[in-house]
Amino acid sequence: MTATTLASSRGSSARAAGVVADLLKVFPDLQVQNTIDDMPTVWATRESVRQVLACLKRGLSPGYSMLYDLTAIDERVRANRRGQPASDFTVVYQLLSFERNGFIRIKVPLRDNDLHIETISDIWPNANWYERECRDMFGICFDNHPTPYPLIMPATWHGHPLRKEHPARATEMEPFSLPDEIQDQEQEALRFDPAKWGMTRHGDSTDFMFLNLGPNHPSVHGVFRVALQLDGEEIVDAVPDIGYHHRGAEKMGERQAWHSYMPYTDRVDYLGGVMNNLPYVMAIEKMAGIEVSDRVKTIRVMLSECFRIQSHFLFFGTFAQDVGQMSPIFYIFTDREMMFNIIETITGGRMHPSWFRIGGVAQDLPRGWDIKLREFIKRMRKNMPHYRSMVLNNRILKQRTVGVGVYDTATAIEWGVTGGGLRATGFNWDMRKQIPYSGYQNFDFDIPLGINGDAYDRALVRFEEIIQSLRIIEQCLDHMPEGPYKADHPLTTPPPKERTMRDIETLIHHFVHESWGPAIPAGEACTPIEATKGLNSYYLVSDGNTTSYRTRIRTPSFAHLQMIPEMCRGMMVADVIAIIASIDFVMADVDR
Amino acid sequence: MSSITANILNVVGILVFVVASAAMLTWVERRMLGIWQERYGPNRVGPFGILQVAADMIKLLMKEDWVPPFADRFVFVVAPTIAMFVVVAAYAVIPMAPGIGVIDLNIGLLFFLAMTSLSAYSVMFGAYASDNKYALLGGLRAAAQMLSYEVFLGLSLMGVVMLAGTFNLREIVLAQQEQWFVIPQFLAMLLFFIAGIAESHRTPFDLPEAEHELTAGFHTEYSGMKFGMFFIGEYVSVLLTASMMVVLFFGGWLGPVLPPLVWFLLKTSILVLLMILIRGALPRPRYDQLMAFGWKVMLPLAMINLVVTGVLVLV
Repeated sequence: MTATTLASSRGSSARAAGVVADLLKVFPDLQVQNTIDDMPTVWATRESVRQVLACLKRGLSPGYSMLYDLTAIDERVRANRRGQPASDFTVVYQLLSFERNGFIRIKVPLRDNDLHIETISDIWPNANWYERECRDMFGICFDNHPTPYPLIMPATWHGHPLRKEHPARATEMEPFSLPDEIQDQEQEALRFDPAKWGMTRHGDSTDFMFLNLGPNHPSVHGVFRVALQLDGEEIVDAVPDIGYHHRGAEKMGERQAWHSYMPYTDRVDYLGGVMNNLPYVMAIEKMAGIEVSDRVKTIRVMLSECFRIQSHFLFFGTFAQDVGQMSPIFYIFTDREMMFNIIETITGGRMHPSWFRIGGVAQDLPRGWDIKLREFIKRMRKNMPHYRSMVLNNRILKQRTVGVGVYDTATAIEWGVTGGGLRATGFNWDMRKQIPYSGYQNFDFDIPLGINGDAYDRALVRFEEIIQSLRIIEQCLDHMPEGPYKADHPLTTPPPKERTMRDIETLIHHFVHESWGPAIPAGEACTPIEATKGLNSYYLVSDGNTTSYRTRIRTPSFAHLQMIPEMCRGMMVADVIAIIASIDFVMADVDR
Repeated sequence: MSSITANILNVVGILVFVVASAAMLTWVERRMLGIWQERYGPNRVGPFGILQVAADMIKLLMKEDWVPPFADRFVFVVAPTIAMFVVVAAYAVIPMAPGIGVIDLNIGLLFFLAMTSLSAYSVMFGAYASDNKYALLGGLRAAAQMLSYEVFLGLSLMGVVMLAGTFNLREIVLAQQEQWFVIPQFLAMLLFFIAGIAESHRTPFDLPEAEHELTAGFHTEYSGMKFGMFFIGEYVSVLLTASMMVVLFFGGWLGPVLPPLVWFLLKTSILVLLMILIRGALPRPRYDQLMAFGWKVMLPLAMINLVVTGVLVLV
């Protein structure tokens, strides 16, 4: 397996070099940066970046059709920037090409006294939210942006949280107080003004009604708000509003040690459990140069798939519930509970075990770990057909969801949709197959596809994915490799305990890594994975310290929610619920 | 004297029975759904959780009697009263057994239809008086849904009336001594059942209060006993629909061996359980689909049933 991994990584870096060479032919001024993760990285300038991005999207063949991520780095106190252009704030664009099976990273340096850059929301519509987020977090101004309003932070907020000078703890700030006049101002800022949301009060012949769906509503799955512009029960426009669940997970990444940040990742996609650890530890391992054993890889795959099942279970149950079917969620919760018990016997935790470690997993599998899993697989093989006939074959449910919230593959890619939502349009692209990680290339499983890209297909794809995940788990059961559960590497955290009491070197290592945490070599890495809801990755920048310099969490749900207006126009109120239910998001995964 | 006492006993007894069993139904429904959904349901208060009803009632009664400041106070208070009143009044014409029944009207069936029509007002008033957008949408849906399904409710019954030759419910029961009307009027029974569920706006016809779309629909702003009256009203209406079906299609109190009242209650309970099971099983159609189903499927079927029955009766 090691051989194949090496070969594939060599292949990808060769492909990467090709893109950069093509790009340099058109733009000879670009500066290339070598990053540890083999993701081609080039520096453009503020003036040229729009042309570079447009060229990457349309000029190259095959092009980079998806804007995967857009973020920024506050570079002002970063020490290890050898060979990079001078920059106070760097805007980072990450693009994804499905034909090339690869990513590219474009960086633009900005100076502190002139934080302006042209918007690219006309090139990719999903840049809209990313740019607004950047503006909130770093104070970078995106010129000609169509809706230059705060997205994540409240309109009344002062400061930019992800700047280095902004405190990360409440204890570093003045004690909180809310005098009456400030409270009035805050209240006033909350007043709903349709114009600010890009909506009008009156049409040609009607007055519209504005319905505020959320942030507290039974069907919005958390604290999510959609302002609906209604003509009767028909939706003229829908504008999503996010940020109610923002907990500053990225900021905490800069505060916690590499190791002690792990539990925070679990809570980003809080249904994904340890699957959130995976992109994080893989990125760190890349920077640290740790190669984990096949056993670790297989254990990680197995638990990730367990959590994929858990997440899809919840999706499937609430999906049925949101179109008014009461019972399926209760049956599914019984199965879900069984799986949680299994996860508990293996990891000791249930929803958020934080069980992966830098260079391995927390513990070896307990004795008899496979017995209950086998029972579970047997049980699910029996139950899944029931769920199919109860929910997916139900005629009323089909009436409610077939042809509702339709988008095609091109639109999906344009908006940055990944995961089940993309495959529901019939587009066969799953990261686990296309750019395998953690040994997924060794497993035999199928990629379920939809046809129409409607709410029904999105549910169908995820339902079938549960069955495929069961297959993967079964293969893990049958072929679990022997080997250590932690890599023998100085940066493995916590280090293997066996030798700590025998020689002083490892004892010191153990002590330092447990107390301060490991110092990860300076560098940048990002390793996307196919998470429960789509592509998820941690773009980590290390400055050679015990904490990350910048932790960027790219979550799938953020992109998916931005597409809601696209899907909702002209539908009825009840359809919005079906559409929201079919997206499969959690707000923690959106706001982070 | 004794007949007056008997009458009073009849009236008060049935009133108490109807309201109490409607309240009990909340417990029955939750327990049954629990069993069907592989969970327990309320099982803490009293044996089998049977006192859950009492606990709920205490909770509702102890709550502050709150009317939102933006609501139209008078209409807001009247709406749940109507909801409760019309269904209880409609129950007055149900003949439960020989000698048991509040009133024996010649036009019992028409009275029933009139009362159920009135219940649309309670929902509309409640929605209108709440001055809440979710309530408004729920009220609009309710008005359209109840008016439409009212039509099929009435039409589906006319076949029975033709066969029995009377609007008097007691006589309709007696007309079924040879054969329950469910056999010649099977289609009408189905139509009435569907329309009846729609009238009491229960799943899959619970669009006026669709939790997942409209939070609580027309009673979003209601709390305490005013909400309780809407709630109990709904369950009385379930009971009413089931009782009406028993009277019209399943031979009322008729049956061998067991006393008449037991037969009546037994048949009614089975139908009530069926309605609960449907709630557990089906999702909710969309508003326009519901209306299309009503006018494009239910109406033609009801018409055909009427014509065919008419022809058969004449021949």
